[in-house]
Amino acid sequence: MSTTTTAATTTAPTTGLQSRHQALLDQGQFTIQHCLGCNKFVYFPRSVCPHCGHGELALVPPKGAGQVFAVTTIRRKPDAGGNYNLSLIELDEGVRLMSRVEGVAPEQVKVGQRVQARVAQSDGRGLVVFDLVNGGA
Amino acid sequence: MVSDGLKALRGQTAITGVGLFGNGESPGFTDMELLAEAAKRAVADAGLSMQDIDGLCTASVLSTMWPLPVIEYLGLNPSFIDGTMLGGSSFIAHLMPAMLALQAGQCNAVLVCYGSTQRSGTMNRAAVAAARRQMDPQPYEMPYDPVFPVAAYALAASRHMALYGTTREQLAEVAVAARGWAQRNPDAYMRDPLSIGDVLRARMISDPLTVRDCCLVTDGAGAFVLQRADQAKAGPRPPAYVLGTATACTNRQISSMPDLCVTAAKQSGDRAFAMAGLAPKDVQVVELYDAFTINTILFLEDLGFCAKGEGGAFVQGGGIAPGGRLPVNTNGGGLSCTHPGMYGIFALIEAVQQLRGEGGERQLPDVQVALAHGNGGTLSSQATAILGNASTV
Repeated sequence: MSTTTTAATTTAPTTGLQSRHQALLDQGQFTIQHCLGCNKFVYFPRSVCPHCGHGELALVPPKGAGQVFAVTTIRRKPDAGGNYNLSLIELDEGVRLMSRVEGVAPEQVKVGQRVQARVAQSDGRGLVVFDLVNGGA
Repeated sequence: MVSDGLKALRGQTAITGVGLFGNGESPGFTDMELLAEAAKRAVADAGLSMQDIDGLCTASVLSTMWPLPVIEYLGLNPSFIDGTMLGGSSFIAHLMPAMLALQAGQCNAVLVCYGSTQRSGTMNRAAVAAARRQMDPQPYEMPYDPVFPVAAYALAASRHMALYGTTREQLAEVAVAARGWAQRNPDAYMRDPLSIGDVLRARMISDPLTVRDCCLVTDGAGAFVLQRADQAKAGPRPPAYVLGTATACTNRQISSMPDLCVTAAKQSGDRAFAMAGLAPKDVQVVELYDAFTINTILFLEDLGFCAKGEGGAFVQGGGIAPGGRLPVNTNGGGLSCTHPGMYGIFALIEAVQQLRGEGGERQLPDVQVALAHGNGGTLSSQATAILGNASTV
């Protein structure tokens, strides 16, 4: 994951945040926002800070480390693909997002487990997923 | 927190008529036809004619301009219209704008109405869901295939269980209590016996919620009429005065909730109680939007009937069932009575019926204050109403 701050937002945008965020994901880079007004982190990307109302937020790469904040196993018939995980992840930057934890049976995912972000490719589009750190210990 | 202007609205408006129609299965009807029958009943209950209605509040899950066809169908020409759509809380959220319009003299009789054939309708629901993804995208959640709404509530339940030790058995208590009340309500859709074990052993949908932790899918319609208190006193039915009401919302997506275990019901409840000048201990009956069993636990906590994290213990051992410590969802709720897509209006109507003493076998003694609470989206919008009988104003 790149460590450079991308997409300076101090000039009028030429494309929407959603498409910029997705284009970066498609290149394998997960970004969240950092508010230039209050220094808080924000996710999902938007053009007004929900904490302070400031209008300038930079897309920045998070460390990608976080914890499982909430979890469910969505039950699905085996011939439709079987059960799968749906989680809310809280990143160490304090923001939360919906995602899934991969590489482990869905019922093994528990609230509080440490996870690390990874950008998977799905139908040519980047998608943020998570892996357990140290097997979720 | 609540302005003097809002406090001055306490008891100045009353629900003077209520109507229900088509609960359960109503094949052969449209949404509009069910709505119209409930509306006619509510207007007649208020001792009015449809020609007396000069204000309309309504919302639909499907139609984006729903007040228009409702106005046309009912032959209205309203001077006040509110089609705000906040999900299932909408019809409780409609109270405040309607009250302000009534007090300003913009109108004299507001009809609030809803109808849905969600169970019997022949619409292709998969096609609607696919279209909705295009029309109303949630690009940061939908790529993970959340099965909404249940998965959102399951996530909240998982967090509540992890933080507070809430158990699946305690969630099941909510469904069993609702069924106990439904067995006292001849109009409830599901009245068969239901045990904790039945809930736990039912088909798992999205852990920890089984199908019996989920609300019904029914047809049905509900409507009520709001008038100024002076006119309400002249009507044929005992008025249900609106003592306090408030709506709160900070987000749509479950991933954007500030705290997964504290809903905006904390704000709407605090404001409604402040407007009413009352506290939870003053309420004799509570009607909560129980789309899923976790809702009831969250709202009991957020509205102040118990401390945060203690909702599971509060409902345990039949705590909210008939004969328990607090009567909750006395019609059987969305879990056992009715849930035609959006339930909020039915919670409010049951509160009115309890205040009037019309509850039959499920009627509680000496109800002076009743609370109805609506939820919309995925724990997103919250609207609270505190109603009282004549002794409270």
